[in-house]
Amino acid sequence: MTALRDTLLIFRRSLILTLRQPVWIIFGLMQPILYLVLFGPLLDASVKAANVGENAFNWFIPGLLIQMAVFGGAFVGFGLIAELRSGVVERMRVTPMSRIAMLFGRSLRDVVIMVSQAILLMVVAIPFGLQIDLAGALVTIALLVLIGLALAPLSYTAALVLKTEDALAPVVNAVALPLLLMSGILLPLALAPDWLKFLSTLNPLTHAADAARALFNSDWGNPEIAIGAAIMSVLAVFAVWLASRAFNRAVA
Amino acid sequence: MTAPTKLGATMIATRDLARTFKTRSGVVEAVRGVDLRVGAGEIFGFLGPNGAGKTTTIRMLATLMTPTAGEATVAGADLRREPQEVRRRIGYVPQGGSTDPAETGRGELVLQGRLYGLSKSAAQVRAAEVLRTLDLEAAADRFIGTYSGGMKRRLDVGLGIVHEPAVLFLDEPTTGLDPQARARMWDEIKGLRERGTTVFLTTHYLEEADALCDRLAIIDQGRIVTEGTSDELKRQVAGDVITIGVDGSRERVVGLVAGLPFVREVGEEGDGLVRLYVERGETAMPQLLRFLDSANVVTISIELHKPSLDDVFLRQTGRSLRDDAAAA
Repeated sequence: MTALRDTLLIFRRSLILTLRQPVWIIFGLMQPILYLVLFGPLLDASVKAANVGENAFNWFIPGLLIQMAVFGGAFVGFGLIAELRSGVVERMRVTPMSRIAMLFGRSLRDVVIMVSQAILLMVVAIPFGLQIDLAGALVTIALLVLIGLALAPLSYTAALVLKTEDALAPVVNAVALPLLLMSGILLPLALAPDWLKFLSTLNPLTHAADAARALFNSDWGNPEIAIGAAIMSVLAVFAVWLASRAFNRAVA
Repeated sequence: MTAPTKLGATMIATRDLARTFKTRSGVVEAVRGVDLRVGAGEIFGFLGPNGAGKTTTIRMLATLMTPTAGEATVAGADLRREPQEVRRRIGYVPQGGSTDPAETGRGELVLQGRLYGLSKSAAQVRAAEVLRTLDLEAAADRFIGTYSGGMKRRLDVGLGIVHEPAVLFLDEPTTGLDPQARARMWDEIKGLRERGTTVFLTTHYLEEADALCDRLAIIDQGRIVTEGTSDELKRQVAGDVITIGVDGSRERVVGLVAGLPFVREVGEEGDGLVRLYVERGETAMPQLLRFLDSANVVTISIELHKPSLDDVFLRQTGRSLRDDAAAA
């Protein structure tokens, strides 16, 4: 069980090092909280106009959680580039440690940090009017874990291929931003023109956001829950497969 | 200066090792067929200018890069078939550092020990030993970001030896260090040899190859141009040069010494000087002085010039290594 042992070693190390320099964690949390405080109150009218729910925050927070998971996951590659540059990755490649543990240990750290941020965001949103269905919130967290396991390995793969921050930043933005805009996270897609509605159905994040909303509103019979979870599972498996290959390749 | 060549068990053997890279401008042959043999307990130096193929070779031997052609055995394991076994038996210290500034020296060493399979307590004991050996105990629990360049480099070496490997690879171990830290690093490396570790290092510093390595190979443009102890290599150059200043006829002196068995070549130089090329200057000098005395030649001055590794490099490649080192 070297893989499991090494995964835990790398998880522990990378979590400690991240907590020692918590800029990214704070940054990752600041953005959704700003959206919550400064953008959320504007949504009441739109949510009612689109007839997608009674409570603007029960509509908005699930999407915000997805956005946080996507951004949190998409940016982890930057940390790996710093580790590539410092020579830490190369040093570990020469040890007999499990190659997959290099990926899993770091991704586990990313997921743990992201889940903590998600819980904090939910708690902060309660005074604003968020109503939490505990079971729904827990399943939403599971969904966020899947999103993390899809996005973080993809970001690591991009980092291993591109090798510099200058090359990674535009790629991350070019992928993450349109996906978020086309997912109906900020405004209800019910208000969108038909072509945009159609495009959004092709976007995995739309289904994740719909699933999270159904969960938050105790709409357990909604088929989007299963669809969102299935799409994210497939994506996560694909991302992990792709990233293990990248970590396995000998050339740094 | 250098220890006699020990022909112990073979620790590293390569046959026709080669590596090419595909780039936009075409195929680059970084290493073109390297044959090497490094014995157990040696400090073996790989000397060459930047871009000669040193790092590519050491990265291949450390399993970081797959050779395009050729074979190698490292510490008794086959590089191609058993890379995992090679990893267990070697340590590797990369060129640009290998630590995280937000971690402590002890933290890195314990983790490294655990990645090599040690239990937590064994890794802690071993980390403490390494910290003591490398005189890093006082800084052990400080963040590496606060370390000096020399301390960081010693810690890099510590990470390479935490699992007591049979072979340690050091890629440019003293590049960027000040003279004091460099001398210190040389002592640490010699200490490793005393404890039985085989050391394979690359360098572009002549002094380093000369002072530290039992044997060395000079590499240029992906090929080994010559190999041996530092003294052997220097002897390839025409030999040592003795310059004597004489009072009186230079022609007479030239005629006299030309017949001596240890003199290879002799010629006049300006300013009353005679230049002799000899096999071994240090043994030739006393004999020469006794001979000149007995021939009633008045010797005013005598000077011995030993060829440097730069002369060797110059002879083998037609270029000077110093120009490159100065440019680097």
